This record gives sequence, structure tokens and C-alpha cells, in this order.
Amino acid sequence: MSVSAPFRFAPQATVDDVPPVKRSAIGMVLNFCHREPIGTFGMAIVLIIAVTGLGAEWIAPYSPTSNDFAAMTEPPSWTHLLGTDQLGRDIFSRIVFGARTALIVGFSSAIVGGFTGLVLGVGSAYFAGRIDMITQRLMDIMMAFPLIIMALAIVAIFGTGVQNVIIAITIPLIPRCARVVRASALAIREMPYVDAARVCGYGHLRIILRHMVPNVMAPFLIMLTAFVGQAILAEASLSYLGLGVQEPVPAWGLMLQGGAEEYATTAPWIAIFPGLAIMLTVFGFNLFGDALRDALDPKLRDR
Amino acid sequence: MYRYIMTRVLSVFPTLIGAAVLVFILMRLIPGDICVVRLGSGGGSFSEHSVQMCHAELGLNRPILLQFASFVWGIFTLNLGNSMWSGKPVVLEIATRLPISIEIALLAAVIAILVAIPLGTISALKQNTWLDLAVRTVAIAGIATPSFWLGILSIIAVLDITQAISGTPWMPPIDYVPLWQDPIRNLSMTLLPALTVGYRYAAVSMRMTRSTMLEVMREDYIRTARSKGLLRRIIINRHALKNALLPVVTLLGIEFAFLIGGLVVTEQVFNLNGIGRLFVLAVQNQDYTLTQALVMLVVVIFVLTNLVIDLLYAWLDPRIRFA
Repeated sequence: MSVSAPFRFAPQATVDDVPPVKRSAIGMVLNFCHREPIGTFGMAIVLIIAVTGLGAEWIAPYSPTSNDFAAMTEPPSWTHLLGTDQLGRDIFSRIVFGARTALIVGFSSAIVGGFTGLVLGVGSAYFAGRIDMITQRLMDIMMAFPLIIMALAIVAIFGTGVQNVIIAITIPLIPRCARVVRASALAIREMPYVDAARVCGYGHLRIILRHMVPNVMAPFLIMLTAFVGQAILAEASLSYLGLGVQEPVPAWGLMLQGGAEEYATTAPWIAIFPGLAIMLTVFGFNLFGDALRDALDPKLRDR
Repeated sequence: MYRYIMTRVLSVFPTLIGAAVLVFILMRLIPGDICVVRLGSGGGSFSEHSVQMCHAELGLNRPILLQFASFVWGIFTLNLGNSMWSGKPVVLEIATRLPISIEIALLAAVIAILVAIPLGTISALKQNTWLDLAVRTVAIAGIATPSFWLGILSIIAVLDITQAISGTPWMPPIDYVPLWQDPIRNLSMTLLPALTVGYRYAAVSMRMTRSTMLEVMREDYIRTARSKGLLRRIIINRHALKNALLPVVTLLGIEFAFLIGGLVVTEQVFNLNGIGRLFVLAVQNQDYTLTQALVMLVVVIFVLTNLVIDLLYAWLDPRIRFA
């Protein structure tokens, strides 16, 4: 009796009383893997593609640009894992190097576009009033252009090549990010801790960066993963049209251009494998993004 | 209601004018002088006079505001100048190619809606079963698959299959015939592109239907309907689906613009002479008059589709109508 007495009248612990558990990054990743097996599969795909892109020189058995005219349109074999194209280039090596191009374009566009959108979205929600209205109308107008159409229009201005493709894909991503971030930031603006920060006399920049931005990180990160996938898909489309990355830079979309259709019946591997690479990569980013959303947003968990 | 319609219709104009400004500015961001680039692209020399002629033809020697006014006026009067590449009026170039693109887009939309809404609903009702998993996998693959690759694969498949059956590979017809003149010939040309470009559309709407349906099925009024002893079919059709489809309708409007964007690539794969292909040609040939007209066309289609969707929304949802 004497032992349990002090506890008998202790108030029941509520959710709010539980001290926040500080988890290490590895712990968080392990927790994510445990809860989201499908998302982990997506993450694994993304990691494999990333390693492939980074270590292309060591992984690819051949140079992506060297032609072997003695081995043109060869079917997959042990010497050429995924066969060769109409110019005798090893398809596997080109896909490996293409991963690098896809990731460079995908990540640069997503990160630059995403962060610009983040700043515009949070800033717009924080300052409200006229600034918000003007920014939002501007974003509305930009949203009226489908991604690929705007990207093509920008390519029409600046020309083709890796750098210009990145610009062309980055710009249409900005309003798409700004809009979602603004919606979350509007709710955060009304939170007491933002008022408290204001009462403390903190500057606008400090409130935005220290108090608002960290709280919109969940929707922002989810969107960033989706953006990488979208950007890779857009780059492949542009390159396929001949208006994106240009030869001799190896790119998946470029590999599907020209030869793929001409050799459709005689050498279908030219068309199949690069497309499979695009699909798998985007698939990986989508799975990962979906799982990230489920993990970060408990409201959506059962959907 | 009328107030809502009027406000919504009027709100179209700022967006369109804004888009016109953006297109106008973008086309003037082109580094260097368009005329010099055009005339010099052949590698030959050209006189100062021909540059001035070109400026006069494109109206570049006039004040910038006047240029903008005539650009906007041209959009309303459908007089957008001549293509810099073919010399024919831009409107004519577009008008001859518009029917096939519109047909493919509408066909794709119809197929997608017919597939997506039932599958999305079933997937939600049978959550976490093998059926749900299958639908979700198909849907997420649809978002990841590049439509042009799907197009190439379907061409390979059709060629191989027809060759295996009849000995000669089957090729779709090259010239476009309207649907009402020769439906079979028309569909044999447009069905495959519509399917490939519609896959993504279907996938996105399927996911949306599933997720809103799951949300709605947890609402209190569904529980009430169930406890009243209503038939499951009636609960789903009248109570759940009606509410769940509202966000799907919005998504369909937004994604329709993506469909038009997808046509740009798909028409290239299937070698169809529609506006998507024209767009690529315009960009390749640095035909700025044609490019800006086509960009504006897509924006107009996007804005008008969303206007229709919003009005439809008001009709579907009394909460908006009477707000």
C-alpha cells in the first residue's frame, strides 16, 4: 500500500505531457523503414540510382560515347549487358551515365525551384495584404502554363543544353511550390508562437526563417521529392523532342530519340531499357515521396 | 448564383492579360535581335535594309506598349500575324491542326474518367486488399511512365502482334479524317495516342478518387446513413460518391492542361500532325510568332477549362452556389 500510494492520485499522463523523444537521424531512418516498407523500397531505388550516377565511371564497363561499329544493334549479352544501339554504343553504360544527367537536372531544378518557391510562399503568407495578393496573382498566371509548355517556351528563348534545361524546368516549378507552402504557412502565421516572436521584437527575417520555415518543412520536403521525379520526367521529354540535353551528353530521353522508333521491331532493347530507367527512377521518387507524406502527416496515414 | 458566375467569368480576364504580358515579355527576352538571328541562321550575309524590313514586318520598330496592345488585340481578333517559318497566317496553321489534337485530348479524358472513377472507388471500398494494391500499383506506375515511352512500346507491340498474325505489320493511316466521316479509320489513328496520353490522366484521377472516397467514407453522415439501414449501394452512390467526386472534378480540370502538354510529346511519337507537333516545330525553327500564339492557345484552353470546371462545381455543390 505504501509503495503505490503516491501514484494513485497522480494525474493521468496526456499526450502533451510526454516529453519529445530526441531521435538520431539513423533512428529516424530505421523507424521510417519499419513503418513504410513500400517507401523504403522507393528509397532503395533512389539510392541505387544516386550511387550509379555518382560512380558512373567505375560502374559503366564502356565509355558512353565510344562507338563500336563492329557491334551495332547487338542484342543483350554478357559483353553488352543491355545490348548496343544503332551506333554501336553500349546501352548499359549510357544508362549509367544518363543517371548522372537525370539526377543533376532533377535535383538542381527541384532544389532551386523548391527553395525559391519556399521563400516566396512563406514570405507571401507572412507579409499578407498587398504583397500576398500580388505574389499570388503572379503565381496564378504562371500556373496557367503547363510545365512542359513553359519549359519549351523557355528553351525557345535560351536554347538547348543541360544548363538551359535546368532553367526551363526550374521556373515552372516555382509557383507550384509557392502555392502549397503558402497554404501551410498561412495557418502557421496565426499560431501564438509567431505572435510571441513578434512581441519579442524579432525581425521579419528571423521570424520567417526560425519560426515559420521549419514548420512548413513537412509539406515542402514531400513536394521536393515529387519535384525531382517530375523534373526527371520533364528532362526526358525535352531531350526526346531534341530540345533538351544534346548529344554527346548521355541522357535517357535522348536515347529514345531517333533510333528507338526506327529499330522498333529489329532491336527493341534500344527503346525498352532507357524508358525503363526513367520509369523506375520516377517510380522510386514517387514511392518515397508518398511514404514520406504518410510518415510526416499523420492525418493522411490510413489513406 | 449569378453573382458567383459573373465574378468567376470576370476573373478570367486578369489571368489571361497577365499571361499575355508574360508571353510578350518572354518572347522579348530572347538574347539578341530576332531578325539578326533569323537572317544570320543560314550563315550568309545580310544587309541592314533586310533587318529593317524584318523589324517592320514583325512590328518591332513600333513603341513597346503599342506592340503589346496589338498583340492583345490580335488575340481577340484572331489575327496573330504570319508564321516566320512557313509564311502562312498563324491562325490558319493552328486551325488545320487543332481538330486532331482536341479529339485525342477529349478521347483521352473520356477514357481516363471512365476508368479512373470506378477503379478509384472500388480501390477505396476494398482498401488494403489485393485489388486495392493492384489499382494503386497501376496508378503509381502511370505517374512514373513517360507517355512517349509508352507510345513507343505500344507501337512496337502493335507492329509485332500484327506481323505475327497477318504477316505484314499494320500501320495506322497517315491522313486525318473526322470521326463522323469514317469512325474506324479515325479511331485507328487516334485511339492508341489517346490511351498512352490518357494513362497518366487516369492514374492521377484514380489516386484522387481513392483518397477522397476513403476520407468521405469516414464521415459522420455516412455512419448515419448506414445506421438508418440504407442499402450500401445507395450510400455509396448518393452519399459518398457525390461528395468524393468534387475534388476529383477540380483535379480533372487542372490535369487537362497537362494532357495538352503531354500531346506535345505523344504526337511526336505517333507522327501525328497536331498542335503539339506544331509547337515542337515552332520551337525548333525559332518561329516566335507561332510559338507565342501556341503558348497563348494553351493558356486560353487551361483558363477556360478551369472556368467551366468551377461553374460545374457550383452547380454540383450547393454550398458554393449559395455562399
